[in-house]
Amino acid sequence: MEHHLALSARGVQMEYRDRQSGKRLLALENVDLDVPDGAFVSLLGPSGCGKSTFLKIVNGLLRQTSGEIKLHRVAKGREDAMVFQDASLFPWYTVTDNVAYGLVCAGVSRKAARERVQPFIDLVGLGGFGDKYPYQLSGGMQQRANLARALAVDAAILLMDEPFASLDAQTRELMQAELLRIWNAARKTVVFVTHQIDEAVFLSDRVVVMAARPGRVIADITIDLPRPRELSVKRTPLFQDYGERIWGLLAGRQEETASQGRAS
Amino acid sequence: MARASTADGPTFRTVLPRQRRRRSAAQRWYRRNERLVLSLLGIVAFFAVWQLGADAGIVDRFFFSSPSEVAIAGWAELQRARFWEDVRVSSVELAVGSALAVIVSVPLGLVIGWYRRLSYAFDPWLNFLNALPRVALIPLVVLWVGLGVEMKMLIVFLGAVFTIMVATVEGVRTVERQLLDVARSFRASEARIFTSLVIPGTLPFIISGLRIAVGRVLAGVIIAEFYAQTQGVGVMIAKAAATLQSDRMMFGVVLVTLLGIILYEAVGYAERWFQRWRPSLDLEETT
Repeated sequence: MEHHLALSARGVQMEYRDRQSGKRLLALENVDLDVPDGAFVSLLGPSGCGKSTFLKIVNGLLRQTSGEIKLHRVAKGREDAMVFQDASLFPWYTVTDNVAYGLVCAGVSRKAARERVQPFIDLVGLGGFGDKYPYQLSGGMQQRANLARALAVDAAILLMDEPFASLDAQTRELMQAELLRIWNAARKTVVFVTHQIDEAVFLSDRVVVMAARPGRVIADITIDLPRPRELSVKRTPLFQDYGERIWGLLAGRQEETASQGRAS
Repeated sequence: MARASTADGPTFRTVLPRQRRRRSAAQRWYRRNERLVLSLLGIVAFFAVWQLGADAGIVDRFFFSSPSEVAIAGWAELQRARFWEDVRVSSVELAVGSALAVIVSVPLGLVIGWYRRLSYAFDPWLNFLNALPRVALIPLVVLWVGLGVEMKMLIVFLGAVFTIMVATVEGVRTVERQLLDVARSFRASEARIFTSLVIPGTLPFIISGLRIAVGRVLAGVIIAEFYAQTQGVGVMIAKAAATLQSDRMMFGVVLVTLLGIILYEAVGYAERWFQRWRPSLDLEETT
């Protein structure tokens, strides 16, 4: 069923010059990544590992220093759409207008866009909340609107930048299960950035583990858990094995960087 | 191990619920309208003290008049055509000057605030002009356009334009970086970024600029009229004071204050209309 690659990155580097010290910082070092069409791939790592930076480069919000990224062309519409951290809804727009934003930007009339986004509002479970303003929604509902906004432009790849990081633990779990349901219904390729191990394992076909300073890929782990997945899968031994293996990778790196810090 | 089965005795302090007192209908009405009642009481008390003081001779009627005399003088003014002409002239000066100020300052402020290089170039001038007491320019403006209504409109305009512009520029700079990323991510055009993000995001700042501007335009129109001595409420105040009619003068002052309140209310109305997407503060107060 995976016919082609949706995204292919080769040797992507991102350099910053630190304002104060003037030193060059490598936010991303030589990142290679292939994402097959329809796959759910997570980028997992501590803060500063460049996982969000990578997403922003794919989306075009940042430009890499070197290397290239190829996105599989789509017949119409966009290759990729971003689901932002902290919902990032326009507070002066209703839910419907927020969800319709991408379409309006693409030149669809406001009226037509409002009609076209209704199925997506229903899909994410916000039916009946279309006329509410963001301040009237809970954090979880705001993230649903954020997701619907990205779904509405009908892009082939969804780029999700820690969308559940600011939610409380119960809501986060609920949203993870919801996301899998929606992913199943919408049949998208997803690149999901997170720093939560269990979130990455639960959602993904593959977890790409990253380390910081410089930001780089240290492991690429295929998650062989059956789908569709329920939240109860988190209590199975297989799930916990994955978690521990990834934790081992991340913790090892932590110690390594800590000892480097002492040595210098 | 001994287990306590009751919580009695001196080792416990009891926390009791608040006692609910029964209140009469009048008490309940007062508690609901407390704010209105006390505000009105404050206003009434002020006029009562003024009136009683004037009657008792503690307040000098020659300088301060009294509420009843001001009311009588005001009633007499309302019958005169000259008075209505003064009010009309002042209102037109205010309206035209303020409207022009908004039309010029908001778009310019948005553009200057948005384009970094423009703001670098304009910032020193904006700060200079905003700090400059605009009434100091009256003699110069008179040289340019004479003593007519144009001069007074120009002074009103100058009083408001930089104030609103500075507030607008400041507001544009606070536009949320994350929402800008959203707009860019969905490939919003430059025009769309303005209409969907920059303008709505700046509106609260524009409104507070308008608030400050209300005081400036009122001061501008009155001082300009003092200076020109042709027509308007300012002229009425100046003439009444010059002829020692403190009651008429006080009426003029009250009138200007009323104009100010009307302008303030208009700004507040605009604010509520433009910001209906905001959680209302009233709701928070009652809960």
